[in-house]
Amino acid sequence: MKAAIVVFPGTNRERDMAIALRRVTGHEPRMVWHRDTDLTGIDLVVLPGGFSYGDYLRCGAMAAHSPIMTEIRSFAQKGGHILGVCNGFQILTESGLLPGALLRNANLRFLSQDCHLRVERTDTPFTHKWQKGDVFRTPLAHGDGNYTADQSTLDRLEGEGLVAFRYAAPNGHVQADDVASNPNGSVNSIAGILSENTRICGMMPHPEDLVDPLIGGVDGLPLFEGLVEALVR
Amino acid sequence: MKKTVDASLAQEFGLTAEEYARVVTIMGRTPSLTELGVFSVMWSEHCSYKSSRKWLRTLPTKAPWVIHGPGENAGVVDIGLGYAAIFKMESHNHPSFIEPYQGAATGVGGILRDVFTMGARPIANLNALRFGNPETPRTRQIIDGVVRGIGGYGNCVGVPTVGGEINFHPAYDGNPLVNAMTVGLARKDRIFLSAAAGVGNPVVYVGSRTGRDGIHGATMSSAEFDENAMAKRPTVQVGDPFIEKLLIEACLELMATDAIVAIQDMGAAGLTSSAVEMAGKGGVGIELDLDAVPQREPNMTAYEMMLSESQERMLMVLKPDRTEVARKIFEKWELDFAIIGHLTETGHIVVKHKGLVEADIPLDPLADEAPIYDRPATTPVVPAPLGPVHAPLSLDAALLKMVGSPDLASRAWVWNQYDSTVGGQTVRRPGAADAAIVKIEETSLALAITTDCTPRYCHADPKTGGAQAVAEAWRNLTATGARPLAVTDNLNFGNPEKPEIMGQFVAAIEGMGDACRALDFPVVSGNVSLYNETRQPDGSALAILPTPAIGALGVLDDVEKAVGLGMQDGKAVVLVGETRGELGQSIWLREVLGREDGPPPPVDLAAEKRNGDFVRQEILSGVVSACHDLSDGGLMVAVAEMVMASGVGCELESPDSGIRPEAFWFGEDQARYLVCVDNAAEFCARAEQAGVPARLIGQSGGNDLILPSGVTISAARLVAAHEAFFPALMTR
Repeated sequence: MKAAIVVFPGTNRERDMAIALRRVTGHEPRMVWHRDTDLTGIDLVVLPGGFSYGDYLRCGAMAAHSPIMTEIRSFAQKGGHILGVCNGFQILTESGLLPGALLRNANLRFLSQDCHLRVERTDTPFTHKWQKGDVFRTPLAHGDGNYTADQSTLDRLEGEGLVAFRYAAPNGHVQADDVASNPNGSVNSIAGILSENTRICGMMPHPEDLVDPLIGGVDGLPLFEGLVEALVR
Repeated sequence: MKKTVDASLAQEFGLTAEEYARVVTIMGRTPSLTELGVFSVMWSEHCSYKSSRKWLRTLPTKAPWVIHGPGENAGVVDIGLGYAAIFKMESHNHPSFIEPYQGAATGVGGILRDVFTMGARPIANLNALRFGNPETPRTRQIIDGVVRGIGGYGNCVGVPTVGGEINFHPAYDGNPLVNAMTVGLARKDRIFLSAAAGVGNPVVYVGSRTGRDGIHGATMSSAEFDENAMAKRPTVQVGDPFIEKLLIEACLELMATDAIVAIQDMGAAGLTSSAVEMAGKGGVGIELDLDAVPQREPNMTAYEMMLSESQERMLMVLKPDRTEVARKIFEKWELDFAIIGHLTETGHIVVKHKGLVEADIPLDPLADEAPIYDRPATTPVVPAPLGPVHAPLSLDAALLKMVGSPDLASRAWVWNQYDSTVGGQTVRRPGAADAAIVKIEETSLALAITTDCTPRYCHADPKTGGAQAVAEAWRNLTATGARPLAVTDNLNFGNPEKPEIMGQFVAAIEGMGDACRALDFPVVSGNVSLYNETRQPDGSALAILPTPAIGALGVLDDVEKAVGLGMQDGKAVVLVGETRGELGQSIWLREVLGREDGPPPPVDLAAEKRNGDFVRQEILSGVVSACHDLSDGGLMVAVAEMVMASGVGCELESPDSGIRPEAFWFGEDQARYLVCVDNAAEFCARAEQAGVPARLIGQSGGNDLILPSGVTISAARLVAAHEAFFPALMTR
């Protein structure tokens, strides 16, 4: 699997993502500056976390108009795989590659803590290493992670099974109005969603920061191992 | 605004009549407005250390592992495998009172620049905070702004905030303390210094544009507040962490080339101090053409540009044939880049603007003839020993009250607003160990980092308090298994023109120096913040508690050997160190009896070293599965903290000590640790051989803390008491 990590001005979790990808692929991912436009030979495009353009205007809004995004749209149209984490998820919604939007956290404060995610669907390149209903721990760190969408979009996401991950209690119980398990207030406790073809995944928490026992665990590893298996050539 | 330069304007700028007379003598004429501005900021307490320098020189600064000590932008120590850790702590107290969000945010920005200007990628931030009485709305406003500011800046630049400390005391009502620390990592053969060299070499300005913000910030920080403090809001700078992030990446990219001769951030006193310090250290002259300075607003005067403290700016001297390489890098990162001058052989700083020479000052006397004061200092009177005290609360009731008290309550509400995991190297997050542990990517090395100070001890006995702050920092590093290397100090005090305040300062430094020498723990960088006083409506001045905050750094050669403080199941819990039951200045005395008196616990530096070296050796040999140092609240609070950290309980044994129970369990005797081991008898035998007191005090297991009396407190109940304070306070 050849992965590219897109770096915008203000991106700050590209190194974390590189560590996770290096761990599962054994080689360095390609760092792609946002002004570059070449994704030749790339199997997976990753939009990592951070504060692209300082999160000024709206999180991800400026990056969504960056030169690389034209190429990423065309990559998506050709059926390419894209993972957007945190700010990367925000960029995907701002650019229309995924539906919905990320609002300020319900408590209006930046949140940095562990959360638990319940896996909602397992027949995708991002989630196939898990069993449906599995719960894994992962750090989250964001000020704007409160997922929302209009009712018809939500109906479609839920109806077509395009919710990849939900915030949950450690025992898997999902309750959207429970601050302890759904800390940012996301509608239906949605933490991550998929495109219709399940090749684009956006999520707020950071599985890439939990891939090493020394750093606290390997709960995030199955996502990356699964991608390598799915995208092996 | 055409101002007449005279002694009265100089006084307005913070210079005394004598200091102004010295300026006139150096210049041989009446200085221009810009020149007076340059002298006033360079000779401000903040920049010149004129009250403190005599005493700072007494601190030990050398060890075989110290690469650069005080005098550079930050301290540099060798951590092995060709790497250096670069670190410093710095205050942003005055601005944080006036405008908490921006004050704290720019404090973080400033200390980051001090570190990456030396070639290091910042890998960890910490902050030591002191707030006033939590019952007042103003304190809550300040907490809210400071926490948002630290998070807003640190989270955006992508440097994990991994630790720190918070105290409350009414003495900080008018002067909260925001001390920000950054640790960076560099190859030890790739460290950048600020001494300019090479006559004719271009002087390059990069980063944000210069605006009118922060003018005379350094002067503001060199005087006490009066009732008009809020009128000083225009002296507070405004930060832009996004630009800082770009600046970090652009500077590190440039530093990977051979273009840079010298580099210095523009911090306090902005362009003035960076230009003067770079040229002064290099023994050269410097000429600046202010027309070339990127400006945010029109019609700025030379005076304004030289004194602006606009953030996110750097000054560099480049090799002349490398300026285009550098320009391309900064253009890539969309940052301003301008050649604004060159080095000369005149030994002067010459500032030109719109065809006029606005300043022409000889650099040597500007630095060498800066005032140094040996201010009168009265020796502090140490309080008499605490007499017998009554114990109105049972041990369990006292414990629950204490773990929920402002100084001991969980800080999770604060930490959870700081990104502590970005970078993917955070081995122990806040609260998981006595020090934060951050791994060095791709190696077995890790850094242990902490900040410590117990201001109430320093107030009662500044010398013991100074020593205790250093000892506790050393102990916190040791308790993770790390080898303590060096400290950075952030000395926060009141008005040094008062002999009793100067006395606190002198005694605290003496205590710190003793501890640093005894523990082989040199001071490699630091910052002094004086005049932390606010005039009260009745005319008296309220000074802060003396607060010599210590930031400390240690190294673990093998990160796998690090231990945390969470109680492990099925272990013997052993107390290391001697317990005499020192209740003077203890949290128990304050929270249970409402008293703040008596002397602080004595600090026996030989015992600190002996006990700490033993504990570290045991951790590294692999027999210790958890370790926690004893500090605020004493033994039972330490046990409770271990229980709360993991949820694993502990059954305590009845002490056979001849000490009253409240003194045994809540005394704050120093040089002590708790460890979890499998075999207590063997551990204690080895301790005895090393001359270290050690005794079994409990067995871990279950989910309850069981007191010797049989009273049981569940871990969950402790946690609930511990975690209630901050959320309740901040949602009022």
